Parts: sequence; C-alpha cells; structure tokens
Amino acid sequence: MHSSPLATANQPAHENPALLHHFATEEQQKNAASLGMWVFLATEIMFFGGMFCAYLIYRYWYFGDFGAGSQSLSVPLGGTNTAVLICSSLTVALAVRAAQLGKPTTIVVCLILTMLLGLVFLGIKGIEYHDKFVEHHVPGASFNFPGHIPGHPDVPINQQHAQIFFSLYFIMTGLHALHMIVGVGLFAVITYYAMRKRYGPHYYTPVEMAGLYWHFVDIIWIYLFPLLYLIDRHK
Amino acid sequence: MSEHVSSLILYIAIWIALLAGTLLTVLVAGIDLGPFNAVVALTIATIKATLVVLFFMHVKYTHERLTKVVIVSALFWLAILLALSMADYGTRLWS
Amino acid sequence: MATAVVETGERETYLNREYGIKSWLLTVDHKRIALLYLASITLFFFIGGFFALLIRLELLTPAGDLVQADTYNKLFTMHGQVMVFFFLIPAVPAVLGNFLIPLMIGAKDLAFPRINLLSWYLYIIGGILMLYTILAGGVDTGWTFYTPLSTEFLNSHVITAGLAVFVAGFSSILTGLNFVVTTHRMRAPGMTWSRLPLFVWAHYATSIIQLLGTPVLAITLVLVVCERLFHLGIFNPSLGGDPLLFQHLFWFYSHPAVYIMILPGMGIISEIVCCFSRKRIFGYQAMAMALLGIAVVGFLVWAHHMFVAGISVYAAIIFSLLSYFVAVPSAIKVFNWTATMYKGSITYQTPMLYAFGFVGLFTIGGLTGLFLASLGVDIHVTDTYFVVAHFHYIMVGGMVMAYLAGMHFWWPKISGRMYPEGWGRLAALIVFLGFNLTFFPQFILGYMGMPRRYWDYSRAPEFQILNVLSTAGATILAVGYLLPMVYFLWSMRYGKPAPDNPWNAAGLEWTAPSPPTTFNFDQQPVVSWEAYNYDEIKQEVPVAQ
Repeated sequence: MHSSPLATANQPAHENPALLHHFATEEQQKNAASLGMWVFLATEIMFFGGMFCAYLIYRYWYFGDFGAGSQSLSVPLGGTNTAVLICSSLTVALAVRAAQLGKPTTIVVCLILTMLLGLVFLGIKGIEYHDKFVEHHVPGASFNFPGHIPGHPDVPINQQHAQIFFSLYFIMTGLHALHMIVGVGLFAVITYYAMRKRYGPHYYTPVEMAGLYWHFVDIIWIYLFPLLYLIDRHK
Repeated sequence: MSEHVSSLILYIAIWIALLAGTLLTVLVAGIDLGPFNAVVALTIATIKATLVVLFFMHVKYTHERLTKVVIVSALFWLAILLALSMADYGTRLWS
Repeated sequence: MATAVVETGERETYLNREYGIKSWLLTVDHKRIALLYLASITLFFFIGGFFALLIRLELLTPAGDLVQADTYNKLFTMHGQVMVFFFLIPAVPAVLGNFLIPLMIGAKDLAFPRINLLSWYLYIIGGILMLYTILAGGVDTGWTFYTPLSTEFLNSHVITAGLAVFVAGFSSILTGLNFVVTTHRMRAPGMTWSRLPLFVWAHYATSIIQLLGTPVLAITLVLVVCERLFHLGIFNPSLGGDPLLFQHLFWFYSHPAVYIMILPGMGIISEIVCCFSRKRIFGYQAMAMALLGIAVVGFLVWAHHMFVAGISVYAAIIFSLLSYFVAVPSAIKVFNWTATMYKGSITYQTPMLYAFGFVGLFTIGGLTGLFLASLGVDIHVTDTYFVVAHFHYIMVGGMVMAYLAGMHFWWPKISGRMYPEGWGRLAALIVFLGFNLTFFPQFILGYMGMPRRYWDYSRAPEFQILNVLSTAGATILAVGYLLPMVYFLWSMRYGKPAPDNPWNAAGLEWTAPSPPTTFNFDQQPVVSWEAYNYDEIKQEVPVAQ
C-alpha cells in the first residue's frame, strides 16, 4: 500500500482528491470507512434482532397458528425472491470486482443489474402484499383467517394468534423492503458516479461499502424466508 | 479490506451453491422431520449466510481481525437477547 | 507553537477562525459540534429540571392539590424522558467526548466529521419532536412506555414521543460508531491502547453499548407505534400478545443505557482524580478492563427491572445473580480511585470537589442497587421511592456531578478562560448539600413504603415531613445548577485567559493551545510516554486561579 506524507494544518495532502483532510493516508481512510460500515451492520443485526426475538417467542407459543399462517404464503414467490436476491448479491460482487480490475463499463452494467434485480424483488413483494390484502390477511379490522391448524383438522385457527403472525410478517418483510429501497437509492447515486468513471483500482470504497450493505440485506432475507414461509410445510 | 481480487469462477460457484441451498431448503421443508425441520432450515440458512460473508463480503481474504471480531460480537449479542429472553419464556410454566 | 494570526492580531483558534451562523450550523469541526451539543443539552437539562421542580412542589403536601392526577403523570414522564434521552445519554459523550477524544489521541478530527454533524441534527430533530410532544400535552405513560397502557389505553402523544426517542437514538448510535472507528483508526503514532487516557477507554466502552443496545430500543419503539396505529396485538394480552415482551425488549436497551450514562462520567473522574492527586491511576489495566466488563455484563441483567412483573422465578434468580456480578467492576473502580488518592498530593479545586462527591455518592447509589438486586428485598422496595433515590444517587450524584467536574476541568481548554474558582467551589458545595437533602430522605420514604409515581399520598400523611425536606433540597440543588450556568457565561467575556495547561495535567489535550486551533495539532504528535505520567511532570497544580 502506498502512503502519502502526513497532512498537516498548513499543507493539504496531494494527489487523490478523495482523501479527506483529517486522514493521514488513503489506507487509513479506507480502513476507517470499512470499519464504520461493519460496525453499522452490527447495529442492523441488533435492529432486526429485536424482531427476530419477538418472532421466536410467539412462534414458541403459537406454533400451530404460525404454521397455518406460513402455509398461506406463496413459496414459489418467496423462493423466487430469494433467488433474485442471491443473483443481485452476485452482480454487486461482480461490480466490486470490476472496479478492482479497472473496468468502468462492467461496473455500471453490474450495478444496473443489481438495481433491476432489487426492483424485481420489490415488485414480487408488492404482489404478495396485494394478495394478502385481497385475502383479508392484513392485521386490522378486516382480518379474517379461517381454517384449522396444520396436522390438526379438529383445532381451528386462533384468529388473534394468527394476526400476530401476520403482524410480524408485515413488519419484518416491510422493514426489510425499506432497507432494500434505501439500497437501491444508494446504488443509483453510485451508478451515477460510476458512469462518470470515478471508480477504479485506486478508489472504489463507496462501491464496496454499498456492496457490504446489500449483502447484509440479502442475508436478512436468507433467514426470513425459511422462518416465515417454511413453517410446518410438510403437513 | 484486502485488495484480494476473487476469481470469476469462485463467484459463480458460490452463487450456484447459494441457489442450490435455497432449493434444498424448500425440498426438505416438505419432508416431516419433526422438530428438526427448523434446525435443518436454519442450518442451511447459516451456511448460505456464511458463504456470503466469507466470499461475497471478502471476509475470508481480509487482513483485519477486527472485522471478524465485530461480526462475532454482534451475533453474540443477538444470542444474549434471544437466550436470556427464552430463559424467561421457556421456564414460566415450570412452577 | 506555530500559530496563524487573524486580522485583529489574535491567535487563530477554532472559535474565531470563522464567524457567522453558517459557519456554526454547517461546521464539521468536532469542537464546534461539541459546543452546539452543549447549548442544546443545557436547554433540555433545564426543561427536565423544570418538570422536576413541579413534581417536588406537588409532593410538598399529601393531597393532590397542585395539579391533576393525569398532569402529574405527564410531569414525571416528561421529566424522565427529557432527562434520560436528551440529557443523560448524550451529555458527556456528545459534549466532552466529541471535544476531547481527537485531542486526547492526537488526531485532527473524528473519523467521520460529517456524520458527527448529522448526529447533532438528528438530536435536534428528536428534540423538536419531544418539545412538540410536551407542548401538545405530553405523555403520561412513565418514561418506560409500558404496554398495553401506552398502546391501547391512553390518548396522549405516545407516537410523537416514541418518534422523538427513536430519532435521538440514531444520533446516539452514530456518535458511538464515530468514537469506535476513531479510537481504532485515528490514534497518533505511539498512542497505543495501553497509553490511552481512561476517558477514551470509557467512551469506547460506552460506544459499544450505544451500538449494540440502542437498535433494540429503536425496533421496540417501531413495534409500539405500529401496535398503537393498527392494534396488532403484539403487546396486548387481550389480543394474544405479551406485555412482558415489550418490557424485555425495552429493558434490554434501557438497562445498558444506564451504563451509557455513567461510564463516560467514570472516565472523567479518572482523569480528574489523577491530576489532583498528582499520581498515575492505580491499576490502569484493571480500570480499563472494568470499563469493558461493565459494558458487557451490563447487557446480561435487564430483567431485574421485571422481578415483580410476572417473569418466571427461575429467570429472576438468574438475573438477580448476574446483577450482583455487574457490581464487581464498578466496585473495582471505586477502590482504585481511592487507592489513587492514597498518599497523593491532593488539592481541592472545583473539579476535584465534584470528583469526591462522585466517588461517595456513586458508591451509595451502587450499593443500594445491590439491595434492589436481591429478590426478597426488591419485592418490598420495588416501585417505591427507594428505587427513585437509588437511581438519582447514581445519575445525579454520580453522572451530573461528573459532568460538572469535567466541564470545570476542561473549561479552560474549551473556552480559553478560567472560571472563577471561588464561585466554582461554592456551587459544588451547594450542589452536594442540595443533592443529599433532596434524595437521602427518599431512601427512607421508599423503605417506609411510599410508592413512586403517586400524585397523592394523603392516606399516609406521615410521609410529608420527608417530602418537605426533599423539596427543600431540590430548590437548593436548582440554585447550585444555575450558578455554573451564570459564571461560565460570565467567564467567556470576563474570565482570566487560560494558559495551555492550567492544571499541569497529563494528557495530549493539554499540549494543544487553550482554546485549540481548528485542526488541533500543527504537527501530528508522536507519543512515547505512558498515560498519567505525573511522576515525570514535576510541577504541582497551580494554586491561586
């Protein structure tokens, strides 16, 4: 790693205009950005973690009703979404790789693909939400979820417990979708700068950091999918 | 973060592994394993997440031990939240 | 030291480098941001204090005759929310931490100066939301927002209060993020972890708590808002939910939050005790590890706030045991401060007076925490004034005193002026006396059975005399708090110009001028000495100021 002389109050650092004044070297700046993003992702783990805690407790209490709720979700749509996000993780990893190898056009193509896949995910999610709305599975005054618990034809579904399942479903996937929207917005800005050829082997920190964020959002979904869609599917 | 450039083949391989894992999760969900359904599903999810972290997020190639400390700490703290909460919920009916 | 000279012939400092409102509202200089925070948190301190005075006025007489019951509920709720989220949590990190950490580690600024400014704006937005909540009629749930009261049964402004705290929480998270990255990445050459001042260690430990705990509060508030808007049932027992789930999630953050409040204060005390005893801290490693220990173990004890709420008794036993463990690192710190003072060359400037107050009052507060951690005793004193006295001993007798200690100690560095020492000592004495008169009677009241959050105690008129003492103390305390406000402001124009190191203290911040330049150091310092090298600093603390 090359380093530039220590910047002082009276002599601004030379060369890379992306080097901010309070850092001594580009390496220090990049390491700070990287640590900052990882620490931020740690806070996000705890943020989603609170919801996973609520989910864990209610699934423990109301397993049957949760199973019924889970079965009303569409595995084809959820599974497709999982695959879509996995593909978008690939494209963003390829975007970072393209920056490392100095291929500006590839960066732009990969970022655009990532955003498109993200929008596909959000579109499918929209369809799923619409289905839930039409079927009266949205918590609230018109909530109605008739049926019986999977594997127990004599036990009717407890409407309150089922409503809790759907509340958690909407809040967890909704918060996840919100994070995806933020991610797509971030990539839009970065794509703009990528088109201006700002990124290359000498500097691609924003691409990498946004990529870390995007992979994290993918990982959250990797857990949400089996927890929400695949409870008691064999019954 | 390191400057290691991963090969295209590696990325494609991880991508295929992730898709295969997803398919596997869906298929296994249709088989009755009793309480182990959840265990299997979460195990596969954890393997997928680990692949993403190690290879797509480059943690396998980083020289920074601190990154791994941050990840492990966050997961440990989440475990504290889940485990100690369950210490209450899991034992409420004992008396 | 090389200095740039502005047109008037004065030395250029961070204060006079640029003038105008834009240069303050758009600054990325950590020192200016610290002052922006200083102004805002002082405002909220007095707002919260105002509510406290009204509470104490109501409690002068057993009957509920000053305000209505609902209003009283709003008073203690707003007092708690404003003081906790808008004063205690941000005060030391955002004012003193922001100002001093780069100076103490030899850096030009924090790692992310623009995020630092964003933190302040988030705090202001949260503050505006909280002020709106107050003006629109307030919240009456208690600062703890317990469900289903907050989600189902009240018409007060729970949502705006929740949003205010949510936004302020993000300010807190970003500050913590900045400090962690700064401490890891921005230390000057030679400033190893084992040479860091304990002030920096304290903020590092605090930041860990902020980062890992606050997000859980954030999601809990989101759930409360959703529950309130859509009647989901997550926390409502009549809809299948569990109100204790809210309490688990809430206290998972709110217990570590009290360590967010106290750890920075402990960092301040370490600096001050060393300087005014002219000695290196006793047991540096133990002190640093104790800070981290408090931060970690502090996450394992939250359900001690829920002993009588209905949790399983087996869980209660576990949490009680863990709560005893968390007292150990705190006790180590008290022993080590005392050992540092032993055979030290002690002088009694204002910061040291506050430090003495801290060590004694924090000890009392901490010990009474052990009473509360004991399951049997807790059943008797929970939700009484015993608890109220316990946490005020730590937060006010501990944390606010530490904050004042720090403000006095570093005021010369921040403003370039000395505060008037005589008034400083007088105010410290008034604060100490007022504080004890306010809160010691409350231990007795709680033990006698007076419940907290009650607006009327006419069924037990024997409580009145102690309440009168407490209110008298509160008025004295108020005077003690107003005095520094007045003389700090006075000193900015009329105070004696301060030398670079008025206390002959150890620490890199004292090698910078008073006040510092915008970029702190002309040349990046290279550190080759240990922290608290008072054995090498031969001079004593200058006496007459």
